[in-house]
Amino acid sequence: MSGAIATYDLIVIGAGIVGASCADAASADGLRVAIVEPGPIGGGATAAAMGHLVAMDDDPAELALARYSLQQWEAFAELKEAEFSRCGTLWVARGEAELDAAALRVARLGAAGVEAHLLDAKTLYELEPALAPNMSGGMLVPREAVVYPPRVARYLVQRAQSCGAHLYAGRSVQTLIRGGAQLDDGTTLSGPVLVATGCALPALLPQLPMRARKGHLVITERYPNLLRHQLLELGYADSAHGDADSSVAFNVQPRPTGQILIGSSREFSATDAAVSPAMLQRMLERSFSFIPALRGLQALRAWTGFRPTTPDGRPYLGAVPGTTDQWVAAGHEGLGVTTALGSARLLLDLIQSRPPAIDPSPYAPSRMAA
Amino acid sequence: MSSTVRLSVNGQAVDVPVGASVAAAMAQVSLHFRRSVGGTSRAPLCGMGVCFECRVRIDGVAHVRACMTPVREGMQVQSHD
Amino acid sequence: MTELYDVLVVGAGPAGLAAAQAAAGQGARVGLIDAQARPGGQVWRHDVRRAAPRAAREAIAHLHGVEWLAQHSVIAAEASALRVETPQGSNLLAYGSLILATGARELLLPFPGWTLPGVTGAGGLQALTKQGWPVAGKRVVIAGSGPLLLAAAATLRAHGARLQGIYEQASTATVHAFARQLLHWPARAVQALGLRARLFGVPYHFGSFVRHAHGDTALQVVEIETPNGTQTIDCDLLAAGYGLVPNVELASALGCSLTYPGAHPQVQVDAFLRTGVANVYAAGEACGIGGLAVARLEGTIAGHMATGNTEAATALLPQRNQARRFGDLLTKHFALDPRLRKLADQQTLICRCEDVTLGELDAFSDARAAKLATRCGMGACQGRICGTALAELGRFPRSGSRPPLFPARLATLAGAATFPSSDDEYRGSRS
Repeated sequence: MSGAIATYDLIVIGAGIVGASCADAASADGLRVAIVEPGPIGGGATAAAMGHLVAMDDDPAELALARYSLQQWEAFAELKEAEFSRCGTLWVARGEAELDAAALRVARLGAAGVEAHLLDAKTLYELEPALAPNMSGGMLVPREAVVYPPRVARYLVQRAQSCGAHLYAGRSVQTLIRGGAQLDDGTTLSGPVLVATGCALPALLPQLPMRARKGHLVITERYPNLLRHQLLELGYADSAHGDADSSVAFNVQPRPTGQILIGSSREFSATDAAVSPAMLQRMLERSFSFIPALRGLQALRAWTGFRPTTPDGRPYLGAVPGTTDQWVAAGHEGLGVTTALGSARLLLDLIQSRPPAIDPSPYAPSRMAA
Repeated sequence: MSSTVRLSVNGQAVDVPVGASVAAAMAQVSLHFRRSVGGTSRAPLCGMGVCFECRVRIDGVAHVRACMTPVREGMQVQSHD
Repeated sequence: MTELYDVLVVGAGPAGLAAAQAAAGQGARVGLIDAQARPGGQVWRHDVRRAAPRAAREAIAHLHGVEWLAQHSVIAAEASALRVETPQGSNLLAYGSLILATGARELLLPFPGWTLPGVTGAGGLQALTKQGWPVAGKRVVIAGSGPLLLAAAATLRAHGARLQGIYEQASTATVHAFARQLLHWPARAVQALGLRARLFGVPYHFGSFVRHAHGDTALQVVEIETPNGTQTIDCDLLAAGYGLVPNVELASALGCSLTYPGAHPQVQVDAFLRTGVANVYAAGEACGIGGLAVARLEGTIAGHMATGNTEAATALLPQRNQARRFGDLLTKHFALDPRLRKLADQQTLICRCEDVTLGELDAFSDARAAKLATRCGMGACQGRICGTALAELGRFPRSGSRPPLFPARLATLAGAATFPSSDDEYRGSRS
């Protein structure tokens, strides 16, 4: 293949959930698409993720993108590969102050068109009897769901391939060149590029700042019926969006298999992928304080992943500043699975010069141009 | 060497030698140790704690390897369904 | 709560017992840990009904000054310490030197029907039997490869099993060639003859292997491929094992280098059994299948090395090198018939934890991609069975393992010293 040139309408670099969604959307639009992925499809942050489809309401722009994307996820509700389970999200309040904050969030989500209910303590325990005593109540977002992200990414790539997309599996992009990209085997791909490489973005687009925010997860054996909803603490946003160098939050999910998936941790300064016993301990202690019965469950596996994090917490979706044929879709931090489908649709509208369904300006990469 | 332990396997009383494994006690009653994800019966394969096919419920605790667990008087053992 | 040992030995089989004894002889504080309730490992596994061989009794009796830590399962490697789980709680065991005597497990190959209850490994059924599994009067077929088949057969017969035959996959010619080589190893020859005598009257077939097991809810019939065509045999139990595979998971977690002489990894050590990691030694089967004599010698050498007694270790090297040559002989003569790697069909389950068939894995050329798409290797055995089988079948090597080394309670991963026993502990499904 060395020296060969192939021409495409769009060269999607990276086949995580975001790149896969973009490749799928572009192929559906009739574009001739190339996908370049050096590892397994959905093998990076996509594989490490919890797969929780959730609307976070603390940033209006993030909420708009999530809401837009969640509507598109409905098309996958019956897809076997998605392992879609509409368990709903239950936000748990510890203390009256958190419950008061929950009331505000119910209102904000409602205004954005997301169904949410405030729960008193009695209802909370009816829904999740395994919760520790002394919780004050919570907020239920009943339509939210969980999926299995790497299989969805694979499905999307295969669907793109069935529309004619070409997958360069096991290949990586060495450099972006004028009018295309150069692969590690010497192949030149000619056409507009879309960089969706998550944490690896700086290798190709160093002008767009990106940090990797490490997270830990643990999964257990099957314990059907212990938990019914994706559970988070209402203080979650303090951990998720705070800037502390390391933090943990209660974030536990019943998988459709009956397994329990336990998170979450966030670290900026940790760069190696090894599981840190100390972080694991902190994270698990946090989860035990909400669900004491977790202590005795058998853990099968612990792993880490890295969330691609931009300085303002919003993804880069749009043209690379100063270019007309380079696009970027990266930096979704912990919401890449939720917002992948909407991000792809938004980006394809921009690429195809159609008016997008939501305002693209909050995500414009040009906001970082110094 | 003749002393035995009495335990309950799927509700049935079983006597096994002291030091025997729960797997041995279970096998006196049934070769159905657990139901697999796909719904078929499973029983021990490796006998040494590696394969996890012998998982049973012991005194209410799920997912315990029968081959790695010595019997105790009065233990309640159940197939894992 | 952290305990500190001068020398910590992982695995209480022949290698670990010898290592602990040698280290304790130097006055070191020695801890010997094993996931099993009794010392002996697999080859010297405690038999609830019959006395142990004299060598085993002696090795176990000689553990003066060694702290025997039963039912300690190593969950994770931390900085110069191992996180262990016991039935009661968990603990952190710190060490000055560490000796890995983690032994081997059986190579179990998939074939149609291998998930039926009643189908076990050969060493597997031997181990179960020693722990009281009822085999008296049961019709048992023994199949697979290597001298372990004879050892398993002898145990089963002693416990009253009705042996229907031993089916060795290696050909008559290669087994005879092996037997001739045994003349150079008088102790082995005596051992082999002793086993044969105890198995008098049990047919021992060569060039034969089980191709299919049948039954409704449990094993009823096996189909055996022989040089003279296919035979079917009615039986209650099938004990099928194809040799041994080193246990390297802990070594790998510690950062020790592994080598791949064939499809399966073993721990890389230098002449003095040092791994590449400071103060970590490995001995016995973990460093490559070599048998009992190798394990005992290497255990002793590692015990000496871990206590700075290089002279005593050096003196044993010639004997150890000689013993290792026997392992090479086994590998050579019991090489697997390529047809064994073709027994599984598209519908045969490969991943027994998550029920993934061989056919579902056809699209994949690496373990991680296969795992993400099919769940193969995501279950409780953590890929020990399916990953090893797929490597042997030539599909792809097992993917890197993730902590914990064995499934463990969440409380253990959280560093809790004891487990709650109160009513708030979840006891599984409410259904």
